[in-house]
Amino acid sequence: MSIMVEPDGSGRFGQFGGRFVPETLVPACQELEAGFREAWDDPAFRGELDHLLRTYAGRPSILTECNNLGRQLGIRLLLKREDLNHTGSHKINNVLGQALLAKRMGKKRIVAETGAGQHGVASATAAALLGLECKVYMGAVDMERQALNVFRMRLLGAQVEPAMSGSRTLKDAVNEAMRDWVATVESTHYCLGSVMGPHPYPWMVRQFHRVIGDEAREQCREATGADPDVVVACVGGGSNAIGIFSGFIDTKARLIGVEPAGGAAVGRGVPGVVHGMKSFLMQDEHGQVQEAHSISAGLDYPGVGPEHSYLAEMGRAEYPSVTDEEVIGGFSLLAKTEGIIPALECAHALAWIAREAPNMAGQTVLMNLSGRGDKDVAQMMDILK
Amino acid sequence: MTGLEAHLRTRRSEGKKLLIPYVTGGLTNWKEGIRAAVAAGADAIEVGIPFSDPVMDGPVIQDASQRALEAGATPPGILAEIPTIDVQVPIVVMLYYNTVFRTGHERFASLCRNNGVSGAIVPDLPLEESGPWCEVADAAGIETVMLAAPTAPDARLPRIAARARGFVYAVGLLGITGERDALANTATAIAGRVKAVTDKPVLVGVGVSNADQAREACRVADGVIQGASVVRRLMESGPDAVGEYIAEVRAAIDEN
Repeated sequence: MSIMVEPDGSGRFGQFGGRFVPETLVPACQELEAGFREAWDDPAFRGELDHLLRTYAGRPSILTECNNLGRQLGIRLLLKREDLNHTGSHKINNVLGQALLAKRMGKKRIVAETGAGQHGVASATAAALLGLECKVYMGAVDMERQALNVFRMRLLGAQVEPAMSGSRTLKDAVNEAMRDWVATVESTHYCLGSVMGPHPYPWMVRQFHRVIGDEAREQCREATGADPDVVVACVGGGSNAIGIFSGFIDTKARLIGVEPAGGAAVGRGVPGVVHGMKSFLMQDEHGQVQEAHSISAGLDYPGVGPEHSYLAEMGRAEYPSVTDEEVIGGFSLLAKTEGIIPALECAHALAWIAREAPNMAGQTVLMNLSGRGDKDVAQMMDILK
Repeated sequence: MTGLEAHLRTRRSEGKKLLIPYVTGGLTNWKEGIRAAVAAGADAIEVGIPFSDPVMDGPVIQDASQRALEAGATPPGILAEIPTIDVQVPIVVMLYYNTVFRTGHERFASLCRNNGVSGAIVPDLPLEESGPWCEVADAAGIETVMLAAPTAPDARLPRIAARARGFVYAVGLLGITGERDALANTATAIAGRVKAVTDKPVLVGVGVSNADQAREACRVADGVIQGASVVRRLMESGPDAVGEYIAEVRAAIDEN
């Protein structure tokens, strides 16, 4: 059976995925599925998106070999530099695609959820560029942790609304965005920021991010003459990981998605249904969703995209976790050895690489550096002082 | 207890409009609130089973759910208390699908049946995903109510109505539960569209916020569900206020 192709008619990846949404949203999801399918097959749409990715977002993103850190760890370490994209992360790939699609479908407004603020900033950016109204829901706790990104979104003309319920983090921001969408579905597109939610989002968002993996595969062959032995990315909802995995799914590379210890949906979760999808989920014995706890707002999520659950269940990808303490080490390590400050989310992948390097001696490890750490500097000042 | 749909049809054939109040299970005085509502003329009761992430609910029911969870409410705990309420109208549970999924379809259906629950409303389980649960629920005699929203194209409504047991829940507006100043135009519009394709009872819920709005909705619909307006009164003022309110709505819809 081939993997990382289109999900089945009900939006399933194996047993995971689906479309568990209020009846009000079913027609909108169906229209979005049809709209995306048609746009994705239309050379004009793809041409417009490619043009924006090249001339606005800065694609292709480069591949950087980390000679200093590689030598120190005894591996060959390559970074896919999504941190160098406009707005500072991989999120722009998906957002430009969805915003163009929203316009094509006649929507005037987008709503988005955001954790660390990177998807919110990307959404606000695309909305400003394409003339869409934009409202971003962000957990009240995260608005405090990521005040700089809140200001950035407002500067870009977006309205930022605090999610005050539950854990007041990413999970609750998704709830608020869905509640908004239920009320505004006729004029509004929900610009979901990860490979999660109801069908077609997990599939659509993966398609918008597969450019990461496609580019990286070419660049890797050019740089090393071969495919990497290991491909590593951090996983919250899992969009940057799906993006890079999709370029290597048919190679022999180990695929590693690194979760935070306090938000290990695949590692510690059991199948559940929330936010429109069936997937691994951190929950109690009665199905109440548990609150995730992570140093990085972007990974502070108790669920995971359904395709990751599928890849985990079939054993094609592995989902280890790292502690906040290890993450702080990874953050400083890249800064000091390579002069690159990674986003705290990506520091999870670095932490895993640093820990597991002795077991990968001499191997080529490709990591998706999905975001830059500027947004985390204020938080790290407090932690490292 | 006769089945939910049979009971509602009987009431309707007696010329009555149907009134179903919603109460969040596990909230302080929730059982007293239900008894007061039944004494005041409720035709059936919807018991909300609190969930951590209620995406169809507005601030009042979110708050109620959170309070109930903080007080230690669990799905089996609430179900086990239902027989002790001791009212002579059908009880329907309203819950999010993960509660059913995590418990297991068969186990959840037995828990409902063994505790005298007649039906279930699962707002995040739309038609296309409803098959596995509905099959088990049908076999256990638990009537699964389906929702029909204003966004549904005409062709979708007969399929929803055909799958519905108990009644069809017409969603009164584009949005989440909560009180509004006026009844949305969509409320009577969706009720009329559903009634045109089925003779099952059609009740409007979501955004039917007071006695006047209930009367207006019942000009087209067979009845109304009263959620946030009931829960807010229970939390602010207690069971007596619920009884007074339901009596007021009862009188208003009986005028039609």
